[in-house]
Amino acid sequence: MSEPVASIKTPVRLEYSYSAGRASTRFLRGMSEGRILGQRCPSCRKVYVPPRGSCPRCGVATQEEIEISGKGTVTTFCIVRIPSENLSVKPPYAAAHILLDGADIPFFALIQECPFDQVRMGMRVEAVWAPREEWTTSFGNIRYFRPLAEPDAPFEAFKEHL
Amino acid sequence: MGQPCAVIGVGQTKHEVKRLDVSIAGLVREAAQRALDDAGLAWHEIDAVVVGKAPDMFEGVVMPELYLADALGAVGKPMLRVHTAGSVGGSTAIVAASLVQAGVHERVLTVAFEKQSESNAMWALTVHVPFQQAIVAGAGGYFSPLIRTYIRRSGAPEDTGIRVALKDRQNALKNPYSHLVFPDISFEQIANSPMLWDPIRYLETCPSSDGACAMVLASAGAARRAPHRPAWVRATAMKSEPTMFAGRDQVNPQAGRDCAAELYKKAGISHPRRELDVAEIYVPFSWFEPMWMENLGFAPEGEGWKMTYEGATALDGDLPVNASGGVLSSNPIGASGMLRFAEAALQVRGMAGAHQVEGARLALGHAYGGGSQFFAMWIVGAEQA
Amino acid sequence: MRDVAIVSFAQAKAKRRELDANEVEILMPVVQEAVARSGIPKREIGFTVSGSCDYVAGQPFAFVSALDAVGAWPPISESHVEMDGAFAFYEAWVKLQTGEVDSALVYSFGKTSMGDPAAVLNLQLDPYTVAPLGIDAVSLAALQARLLLDSGRYTEKDMAEVVARSRRSAKTNPHAQLRGDVDAASLLSAPYYASPLRKHDCPPISDGAAALVIAAGEVARRVARRPVWIRGIDHRIESHDLGLRDLTRSPSTGLAAERAGARAGRFELAELHAPFSHQELILCEALGLGDGVKINPSGGALAANALMVAGLTRIGEAAQRILEGEARRALAHATSGPCLQQNLVCVLEGN
Repeated sequence: MSEPVASIKTPVRLEYSYSAGRASTRFLRGMSEGRILGQRCPSCRKVYVPPRGSCPRCGVATQEEIEISGKGTVTTFCIVRIPSENLSVKPPYAAAHILLDGADIPFFALIQECPFDQVRMGMRVEAVWAPREEWTTSFGNIRYFRPLAEPDAPFEAFKEHL
Repeated sequence: MGQPCAVIGVGQTKHEVKRLDVSIAGLVREAAQRALDDAGLAWHEIDAVVVGKAPDMFEGVVMPELYLADALGAVGKPMLRVHTAGSVGGSTAIVAASLVQAGVHERVLTVAFEKQSESNAMWALTVHVPFQQAIVAGAGGYFSPLIRTYIRRSGAPEDTGIRVALKDRQNALKNPYSHLVFPDISFEQIANSPMLWDPIRYLETCPSSDGACAMVLASAGAARRAPHRPAWVRATAMKSEPTMFAGRDQVNPQAGRDCAAELYKKAGISHPRRELDVAEIYVPFSWFEPMWMENLGFAPEGEGWKMTYEGATALDGDLPVNASGGVLSSNPIGASGMLRFAEAALQVRGMAGAHQVEGARLALGHAYGGGSQFFAMWIVGAEQA
Repeated sequence: MRDVAIVSFAQAKAKRRELDANEVEILMPVVQEAVARSGIPKREIGFTVSGSCDYVAGQPFAFVSALDAVGAWPPISESHVEMDGAFAFYEAWVKLQTGEVDSALVYSFGKTSMGDPAAVLNLQLDPYTVAPLGIDAVSLAALQARLLLDSGRYTEKDMAEVVARSRRSAKTNPHAQLRGDVDAASLLSAPYYASPLRKHDCPPISDGAAALVIAAGEVARRVARRPVWIRGIDHRIESHDLGLRDLTRSPSTGLAAERAGARAGRFELAELHAPFSHQELILCEALGLGDGVKINPSGGALAANALMVAGLTRIGEAAQRILEGEARRALAHATSGPCLQQNLVCVLEGN
């Protein structure tokens, strides 16, 4: 007598069409031109990058566009030692919260061109772009961040962003 | 607030990596039947059913309360399904309690579950949505930078996390429902386990479990007829804040602090660490214990780690935390929050078996979710007021 | 029970496909309008609860980014159901009944055009024995329509008349999507889409959002000229097993109506969440609605059907008529699940 059936595999395929939304569209078009665009909240005056079209704190629409530098400060980070399903980078690698100069909110990105055990809070970094001819409307134009030859930012300078 | 509400029945499944012996319906029914048996009730005596679970992509079933209506005896009854990310097990219990507190129903069955072995939770958590930034590090990778920040701010010793994991894993040995059971668990074993996202090691991380938790919540009148001692819901609170905004403190989130403050106020508690006898809190990665000790006001900011170090949070400490083994030992995501709420209830009912904290009369159940942004908490007591 | 009333309602214009704006951008003006119209300052609103579905949005935790539309700072008391906003409305009503809060914001959103709704809804079915058969939501509804016609109680013409009336009514609804003058006879000459359903018997695919604010007694009386009192509200679910149900009837709707006190008194209008034309016939019968009741003056779900929003919209549309003084007593209904498996009924009344 054969084994009772304990489970079945029922593959499902669903297709979805996504819209970037107005704010992301502006940001991604900026990306395709090698520019990092943020938006400033009219109420609290903070600059969001990537912009979301609204300030999550104030619940109002954001429109004022600010161009942001590709240089920033590592506020905090982690060393990833297990492979991630969606990433081609080999572990161990450092992933960090980076506060770009001019922005008020850090975002998460890879750190490369630096031994992972030398990544530290306050480290100054800069964006490394893909070759210009490969630019598309995508975050992926910025491949990763690498250390800048600048002194670390003092803790006071970024501690409120931790 | 409103009418009194009590937990008169608790049930849960043996949490496993894969429950191949039951369907999703079988899984929830197992927990629900145990809760009903504990409450001394038959299915038809329940007035309403409130189900909670995390994203449907974890099982691949859209709005599963529809499919589960028969299995949970809900035909002809009101049925709701709550989804508040990781805190869902807790918020589900709160929604169920409010049905009794509002005087709408006398007996409510609430069930939270996850049978994440049926789909691919890792995929569901990291699925790349077009136009959004690719996730670079997985769930642990999201939280470990925050833990690094906590360590920097507090000066906590590097092995604090290991001590938390050791405690929770030792406690799990006293909980027959635990998924992860390491009979010979030791400090060295945890310290030597592979580092996943610095500073979180493999044995400091929660598992991915199939499991369900159920409770029967009842009015005062219905509680009087219950066979076992009820756990009275003394206060509930829920607070949310945005995932990301300029200046957000993700290590000691305002929403968590506000939620705890509101909870204590409602329960008439002014010194939580002294007045609470036991706490079941949501610790998916070891370091969340010291962080939540501070967020919950049990320790001053920067000193939560001392409670772990001093043994205050151990089973024989002055405020045992996660006597059940916690999320580190069993983590059916949608149910984990309700397990905290249910274990708190078991404690004050004197029904926690081998992991019972002696004389527990007032307990905290805590759940959080999302980017440390959704909080659901309750306080249960052996007395009604 | 406390007196609780709807004090404001707002909705986005339903669109076949919103390409420009993402969910937050669609939702934010709607939430802002509902709050502004309520007369209650945003930070005084005691509780916020929303309804949405990850599988409609094509991503897990869809409700989390939607929270950005609300501005949850300082932290708010907030919850979410993975259901139509009508059930979030129910959760909010219960919260007010506990006495913990005096007001609540309810909202829901759905960009139905992102996926294939008929295929997405297939995944609501029993994952082991029914979903793998591949039956989509339209075919399932067609099965129900076939049973209804075979019962002899209704005809295809009755279905066509529901559609014609809905489209006509939608002409005065600036938020509706399908509107115009069509007559039953010409509708009947259209080919079958999923027999016996014709394309027009099925709901449109709509992107939309809706929000409303409810408040308890004294607060409602203070802020609204014509508060819309929720005199009764209840919801019930039936068996998931399609073979166990009489798909030509809706006992859960009847039961919910009874419990909501909808059997007593007359209604001037009823907003019924009937995504398929034959379902309106089933619902009217279950509710015992006579000829004097205006059904779906908004055009109903046949005129605009944003998934997870259409139920809340029925409640809002019914409330709006009372808010504007056009009616005094209305019934609103919302449904969830295959072939009307779960139904919510509420009775709304002006002063």
